[in-house]
Formats: sequence, structure tokens, C-alpha cells
Amino acid sequence: MSPVVGQEVDRVDGPAKVTGAARYTGEIVLQDLAYGAIVGATIPSGRVRRIELDRALAADGVLAVLTHENLPKIAEPPHLLPSLVGAAAPGESFFPMQDAAVHYAGQPVAVVVADSHERAQFAASLVRVEYDRTASVTTIDEARDSAYEPRTLFGGLMPARMAHGDVDAGLAVADLRVDVAYRFAANHHNALETSATTAAWDGDRLTLYDSTMGIRATQLTVAHLLGMPVSDVRVVTHFVGGGFGGKAMTWPHVTLAAMAARQVDRPVRLMLTRTQAFTSTGHREEQEQTMSLGARRDGTLTALRHHKLSLTSPFDDWAEPATGTTTQVYACPNVEGVHRLVRGNVMTSTFTRGPGETVGMFVLETAMDELAYALGVDPVELRLRCHADTDPRGNPWSSDGLAECLGVAAESFGWSGRDPRPRTRRDGDWLIGTGMAAAAYPVAFFMPTQRARARIYAGGDAVVQTGTQEFGTGVTTVMTQVAADALGLPMDAVRFEAGDTDLPNTSAAVGSSGAMMVSAAVHNAAAGLRDQLVAMAVADADSPLHGADPAEVVVEDGRMRLRSRPGVGETYGEVMGRHHLEDAEALGSWTPPPPDTPHGLLTFGAQFAEVAVDPELGLVRVRRLGGAFAPGRVLNPKTARSQLMGGMLWGWARPCWRATGWTRPPAGGTPRAWATTWCPSTPTPRT
Amino acid sequence: MDLEISVAVTADTRTEARGPESAPAALTVNGATYLVGVEPRVSLLDTLREHLDLTGTKKGCDQGTCGACTVWVDGRRVLACLTLALSCEGHEVTTIEGLSDGGGLHPMQKAFIKHDAFQCGYCTPGQIMSAVALIAEGNAGTDADIAEYMSGNICRCAAYPNIRAAIREVRDATA
Ligand code: FES
Ligand code: FES
Repeated sequence: MSPVVGQEVDRVDGPAKVTGAARYTGEIVLQDLAYGAIVGATIPSGRVRRIELDRALAADGVLAVLTHENLPKIAEPPHLLPSLVGAAAPGESFFPMQDAAVHYAGQPVAVVVADSHERAQFAASLVRVEYDRTASVTTIDEARDSAYEPRTLFGGLMPARMAHGDVDAGLAVADLRVDVAYRFAANHHNALETSATTAAWDGDRLTLYDSTMGIRATQLTVAHLLGMPVSDVRVVTHFVGGGFGGKAMTWPHVTLAAMAARQVDRPVRLMLTRTQAFTSTGHREEQEQTMSLGARRDGTLTALRHHKLSLTSPFDDWAEPATGTTTQVYACPNVEGVHRLVRGNVMTSTFTRGPGETVGMFVLETAMDELAYALGVDPVELRLRCHADTDPRGNPWSSDGLAECLGVAAESFGWSGRDPRPRTRRDGDWLIGTGMAAAAYPVAFFMPTQRARARIYAGGDAVVQTGTQEFGTGVTTVMTQVAADALGLPMDAVRFEAGDTDLPNTSAAVGSSGAMMVSAAVHNAAAGLRDQLVAMAVADADSPLHGADPAEVVVEDGRMRLRSRPGVGETYGEVMGRHHLEDAEALGSWTPPPPDTPHGLLTFGAQFAEVAVDPELGLVRVRRLGGAFAPGRVLNPKTARSQLMGGMLWGWARPCWRATGWTRPPAGGTPRAWATTWCPSTPTPRT
Repeated sequence: MDLEISVAVTADTRTEARGPESAPAALTVNGATYLVGVEPRVSLLDTLREHLDLTGTKKGCDQGTCGACTVWVDGRRVLACLTLALSCEGHEVTTIEGLSDGGGLHPMQKAFIKHDAFQCGYCTPGQIMSAVALIAEGNAGTDADIAEYMSGNICRCAAYPNIRAAIREVRDATA
């Protein structure tokens, strides 16, 4: 039996997903289910003067309409803390419908509950809200002068400023200087399944079916807001239709669904509409970034200054930390990373795929490209010359695959034969260009202890459980592989269960940390169970393995045997049978190293692109994308490749194709958003 | 002003006025006929999901922009969120649950698994219903054709290259 970890295993949830059998949150069947519909504010700033409910309340099937006038007060105000650290994780330090104030367009001002989806939606359209509107800010340009430098960002996890050396001095001694400046529109996650919650009360106990990337975060947040013991809140999610960061935090609609269900004494489902998805679950903030690089003739960097200015909400100092990786990848004695914020009438922004790195690395790598051009050095060569041997604290990288990734990707892309001069290659009306960038992403280590449970039955079948959640990463598949190898069982004898806060706890699956942290706990649980049964066998006078050194026992296909003498052994079931055990069980846990672990923690990669531009029409087409990545041990190349490919497509779609703008239709500031997607030729990530 | 809405009716559709309250309708889905009570404003999508518990057809936008709700009506792909349930009386509706005729997975379903043509799976039923129809329509000839004729099916997980690989494989196997 050869190990399945590292194999291209098909997804174990594939059959359920391709047949439609997979049930997502909005598809949970419950007796007496009622339907909630949110009425969002149509102004960006001001107060609700009057809400006219008569028509909505008189509409067929309406069970209740909640507004700030009758919604019970929350027990405790929410405090923004990233779900990464394992605490309650409201997306913003604000809960709507506690008073008449309106801070952003789309903010819930009423929730209608009715006995059918259509009736709830229709009645919501009958709620008339009058507002007193006040001056608002929805773009950086409207309040540029009010920009400030916060102390910390990201819910307090990151400093807003990082610096070493003297950037001005570094620029003064530079032979060459490159300055770049970019503006970026806001972006929305737009997971294909909009966020949905179904809330069901049983006396004082609440069960929430929630489309979340962090069931534990939902449990803690709702318990906090409603003043409930955490043990009275259970959160379940089996399939989540995409996350991308938008389902990492517990946004207000989740708790509103629970409050509505309590109000009408029936289970309530609240599924955001696509329009509401633009004003309910955060976004990547509108931002501007500038970078100045100083360099000597040989490419050595003498200064790196990276500044970000972005829009945040009235309540929180939130910005994706743009400078976290950009100040580490290349050796430079004088570095400064600064974030500044402008407050506006938008909800608090949040993690969005590659939070911080996506935009920050774009800026760094574009500046490096300009520098390579100015120096007349090949862009790949410049990266190799500048790459730092250690992190800024002087710690060696835990692993460093940058040079190898650059080499592999350049080779398969055919980089060496290119003509580097701009506007020299044509294909009909199209100008053809090639470019490359280094990639870097932090290895997140600030989650609490992760836990898992493994149980085996005497028949040789096993169940392995953790409270992680499957939203497309392939965690269900990969954890089945890890558990099967650790237990010495074939994959089809192992069922992996997740998505329920009654199971052993793991953190929200954010920061690309899921595979690492969950697999460590799953491995430890499964290996612990194997060791327990091996110990039982070697201590058992009736076992063929009696007296053997446990380290000499291996398990294959559920049979324990001596490494040196394969004929000597017995199955798990045999030893369990003699001990009258129907099952055996072990818990496993894993605690990440402390944040000050003496290693540089970045994952490296490289990407190459061939782009066609129609200079007359301004059309941009990405013809080829090639990437190579060094993410450490790849548990399943198939699912890993899919993640990398998705990241590459998001990466180029972001500057080329996606933007959210806040427009001001006459009736108010309800965002109108557009998003387009165009599919390039096959990207080829390599790991 | 009262809004008049006229719906094209086929010969076998009942013509007497119904609604606005819920009215009985006979719907043929995956070969079985169901008698459901739905208001005339209810979409085929919500009827499938909320009344018939056929939740394989997904709701991504409810406004005709994502393709997650793609089903077939008389073998032609339509967006169930933009189709009224009552307009499907007398027609054959096929959903992802009815794609395979009992004996195991449809070749397209197998190809989607083999080529890892999804992550979260939420777009997948719609992608598959579109993909099978695409080949039947003769619109899967080239990669550019596939990209064009699948462009109504959004995959936010961005599994597009793998979706195309799955379609190519089934196309070539059936050619
Ligand atoms: S739900 Fe019908 S097209 Fe999106
Ligand atoms: S698989 Fe998630 S949207 Fe396509």
C-alpha cells in the first residue's frame, strides 16, 4: 500500500457536487421554515426618519417586520478581531438596527419575515423608509485631506508602519530611482453562493446553518452578540459555495437571522441577494499605492518606500496590510512601509483573496520591472540578484524556492528567447508583450491550537473529524488522504467529517493556512489512534506482535505487521475483538510555533505572462500564464493546482477586469456594481 | 398605471387567468409529473428548490447573470431564475438530478471529477447542464467556441481551464 498523500486523488466530494446531491446552506430543509429578507438603506449617511410598515405587514404571509424600533438590543457591541486568532469575528465594530443611524448604503434598516421566499421579497419592497440624509464620503477623492495614519491595522494584528534604516538617505545614494503610483478600485468577493444563514431555535439553544469559512467564528460571534453561553450555539456547514474571504467574518445578517427566528418562533432562512452581496460581507477597499525604489547600477536596492492610502469604514481601522511581504522579499537596508486611511461611508472592508499581497506584490513587482528596464537587466536576473537571504530580522527562510520557481517557470514559458524591447512583437492588430513577477505569500502562524478526532470501528472503517469547513479548497479530500496514511487504511475506509462546531475545533480557514494547520491535527489524531492500537497489540500475549518494538510495527490496509517480517501481524479488528472493543478513538492536536519563531516565513513563486494589447481599441488579452510555486509539501497536486490556477486567474482579472464603483443614483448611494470575467488560455501552475 | 404582461403561450398551455394567489400547476421534471401550487410570479428555479426539493439547481444571482440555475426545457438550456414555473406546463424540464439515467454518472459528470473542473461546486450543476447541451448544439468545436458558448456560466473559483478540459474530453469521446 503506497501513501496517498502527494497523489493526484480525485475529490471525495466530487460525486455529490456533480450530481446536485451536495446541499448548501440555502438548501437545508426544516419544518415550518420561514424566509427573511433584508431591506437595505438607500442613502450612504444619515438617519432613518420614519419607517412605514403598514403595507408590508398587511401583505400575504408576512410574519414580522423588524426595524430599529422593535429589534431587541444586542447584548454586547461587536469588536472587530480577525477570525484568524480564534476569537469572535464580527466583520465590523458595528451592529445595525440598534438605532436610527445610517452609516453606509445597504446597511440593514429592516428585516421582513414571511412564509415564502417570494412573499418575503415582495413585502420587503413594500417597506417605505424616509431618511434625513447627511453629507457622505464614498471615495478617497472626497476626503483625501482627512487621511490619517492609524496605529494598527487588520483588527489590531498588524502595525500600520514598518521601517528600518533611513529611506531618504538610501534614495540619496541611489544611482537610479523608480517611482510608481497606482489606484485600485474596490473589489467584491462574489462567491457564487451568496451568504446564507438558516437559524433554528430549540428553547434557548440555537442551531445556525451558515455559509461560512469559520463555523467557530460564527458560533463565538453570535453567542457574544446575543449574550448566550457558547455551548448553546451550534453552527453547521457542510458545503460552502465559495468564500474568497467574504465568508471569513460573521457579518450582521447572520445574527439578524437568529434574532428574526426567535421573533417569529420558527426557523428562518436569510439568503442575501446578489445585489446585497455588494453591501453585506465586506470587500477589498478602494486604494492607492505608491512605491519608490532606489538602486545602484548593479541592481542592489538602497531604498524601498511603499505607501498605501485606502478607504475604511466609520468604525474600524481596516486595511489589507499591503507592505507585509513587499518589505521582505528583496534585500534592502532602508525600508519603509506605511498605511494611511480615509474614513468613508462604506462598511468595513475585509480579507479578499490574497489580502494585501495581491495588490502589494503587484506594486512591488511592477516597480521592479520598471527598474529592470531602467537598468537594462533581465527582470528575472534582477529578482535573483535582489532576493534576500534572510527575512528582515535576519532569520533564514523556513524554505526558499524563489530561485527554483523562477528557473522552472522561465524555462517552461520560453522566457529566454524573448525580445525584451517594448512594442516590437505584433500579431495582426495586436501588440504582444511578455512579463514576469515573483510571488510571495506569508505562512500564517497565529492561530490557536487545532484539534481533531479519529475513531476506528472493529470492522476496519474509520471516521476522522474536525470543525473545518469545505468551501472548495479540497480540505475534505486532502484530510481523508492524510488520515488514511496515518492510520494505514485505504482511503475508502476513511470518512472525513467537518463543518460542525460539535466536532473538535479548528480555526477559520483563512490565510491559506487550512491545509497546514488542519492536516497537522488530523495526522496527530490518526497517528495517535494507530499508536494506541499498536501498543495494545504488542502488550497482548495473544497477539502475534506480542513483545515487538512498536517502532518496528507498520500498518498497511488495516493490518499491523513487523517491518522486517511482513508475515507476522494481525488486523486492528483482531486485537480490538480480543479486547471486546467495538471502536477505539484518539484526539490529536497541533499548536503552531510561536510568532517569533526564528525563521523567515514566506512561500515563494513566480509567474510569467504573455499579453496581447490592441493599441487602437485598448483591449487586453492574456494569452498565456505560467506559474511555478514552492508551497512546501503538496498533499494533493490536483487540488493544489486548482487553487494556484484560481489564484492566478483572480490575480490578472483584478487589474484587468474587476472593479466595484459606488455610484450615486438620484435616490441615494446604493452601489451599482459590475464585474466581468474573461477566460484566458490555460494557465499552467507547477508545484 | 397597471402593467400588462403578456407571456407567449403554447397550444397545450392552459389559457385561463390564474393568480395572483397560488394555483395548481402540473410540471414534468426529469420525467416525473408533479402537481404543485405556485403563485404565477414564482420562478422555475424557486419552484424546483423550494417546492420540489430539487436543490441541485443552484441560485447564484437570481437575475440571469451567472448560469448556476441552468436547466433544460425541452432539451434547450434555459436560466431557471428567469423562467416562470407556470410557463413550463406542458414542457419537459430536466435538471442535474435527471441528467444521468439511473446507471451511474453521465460521462460529463465523470469528466468533471477527473479533470477537477470545480472547487466549491456551486456553479457545477449549471456548468454541466450547459456543457452537455453545448456538445449537443454543436457549439463545442474549438476552445474559442467552448469559451464563447459557456460564457454564461460563471465559475468564481475560476476552474475554467479544467471545465474546458472536461468538455473537450467528452466532445472527443462522443465525436
Ligand atoms: S441564478 Fe439564474 S443566472 Fe444566476
Ligand atoms: S466551483 Fe465554485 S464557482 Fe465554480
